[in-house]
Amino acid sequence: MEPAIAFRDVSYGIRGKEILRHFDLEVARGETLVLLGRSGSGKTTALKMVNALLTPSSGDVFVEGKPTREWNPILLRRRIGYVIQEAGLFPHYTVERNVAVVPRLVGWEPGRIGKRVDELLWIVGLPPAEFRARYPRELSGGQRQRVGVARALAAEPSLLLMDEPFGALDPVTRRELQREFLSLRGTWTKTSLFVTHDVREALALATRIALLHEGRLEFVATPREFLAEKSAEARIFLAALEDLPEA
Amino acid sequence: MPASLAREIARLTLEHVVLVLIALLFAILIGIPTGITLTRKQSFRSAVLGITNVVQTIPSLALFGFLIPLPFIGGIGERTAIIALVLYALLPILRNTLTGILGVDPAVVESAVAMGMTDRQRLVQVELPLAAPTILAGVRVATVTTIGTATIAAAIGGGGLGVFIFRGLASVDSSQILAGALPAALLALAADGGLGWIERRFARP
Repeated sequence: MEPAIAFRDVSYGIRGKEILRHFDLEVARGETLVLLGRSGSGKTTALKMVNALLTPSSGDVFVEGKPTREWNPILLRRRIGYVIQEAGLFPHYTVERNVAVVPRLVGWEPGRIGKRVDELLWIVGLPPAEFRARYPRELSGGQRQRVGVARALAAEPSLLLMDEPFGALDPVTRRELQREFLSLRGTWTKTSLFVTHDVREALALATRIALLHEGRLEFVATPREFLAEKSAEARIFLAALEDLPEA
Repeated sequence: MPASLAREIARLTLEHVVLVLIALLFAILIGIPTGITLTRKQSFRSAVLGITNVVQTIPSLALFGFLIPLPFIGGIGERTAIIALVLYALLPILRNTLTGILGVDPAVVESAVAMGMTDRQRLVQVELPLAAPTILAGVRVATVTTIGTATIAAAIGGGGLGVFIFRGLASVDSSQILAGALPAALLALAADGGLGWIERRFARP
């Protein structure tokens, strides 16, 4: 079967600095592939190429078999859910309007949008009657991130991009949202590409982990294989795991 | 106060207000679109801001004087006065439009792009609403300064409350100066208060 996303010999440089080098990776349909790496390893750059926020300097990123250069970027982005660290909610919109952004852009009728917003708010654990009319500033960090997830899911994308979505949350809330992400994943067939620098998060959520180091792909492994990895960069991440007391 | 003076104050105040409103209308119609364009075209940004900054530093009486000999836009009268006032009002409006839009949280702008908004949708639905308080603050500053600067319009036959002031200066009659300065100051205060109120309404959706 054709992969949902495929990077083919992708390089990306800006102002003479190479951020991603000859990057090759396939993301299968339905899997949660975690891009793990330190800051500056190129993982966010790789992610942003999928929805054409960035264009490869060379090589191609294929989404559903078609290179991103050939997609209309506006239409491509409307088919892909996107969640970022600080949620990036629109501060002048209520929770309801925030979640409804993409359905409105693609022209759903109001009745369908309203039903979908309520459904999503239930899914992410924010009872609509209480939260629909609130503004982002009236929410906690965890609640904002839940709205961010609901917004990304709103127009039923088959592809989700998540850039350290839980990175700014306190450890307890982070674990809670990770658990909910896992249980949510059991109910859908979406493909997710998930960026993190937290090896614990990678091991908990990934079906496969791609380790990036200085713009290169070190390897792709299942969480179980990852634990047995011998490469230097993998050992550094695994050592970090041992340093921390079990949360 | 004699009735004739009261009538003249009313007439010149109205003239003053019309002068200011026309100048502001043009300054807004030019300043906001130019500011928006500059957020998209980085290369022109410093040049355009530089020019408007330089205009701002020309003493207002001198600027009115410079405009008089120019063909088409110059000459004695209201039109020249309005052009000079527009030039002054432009900078705060343009600069605040630019900084207001550039000041929108980058994460919010990136979200708008990543959700699949077109450039126009991003501008209308996200950037302009979030920049509105800053843009309004620019309009407010422009309004208050234009009300003051417009008194100089009388020097080149532009009319308005400056007529009293120049007449008072010429005849060393401070009551005439007050008849011009006081209404101008009150207008400025009222405009400042009114626009400040609207600005606060915008800041809290």
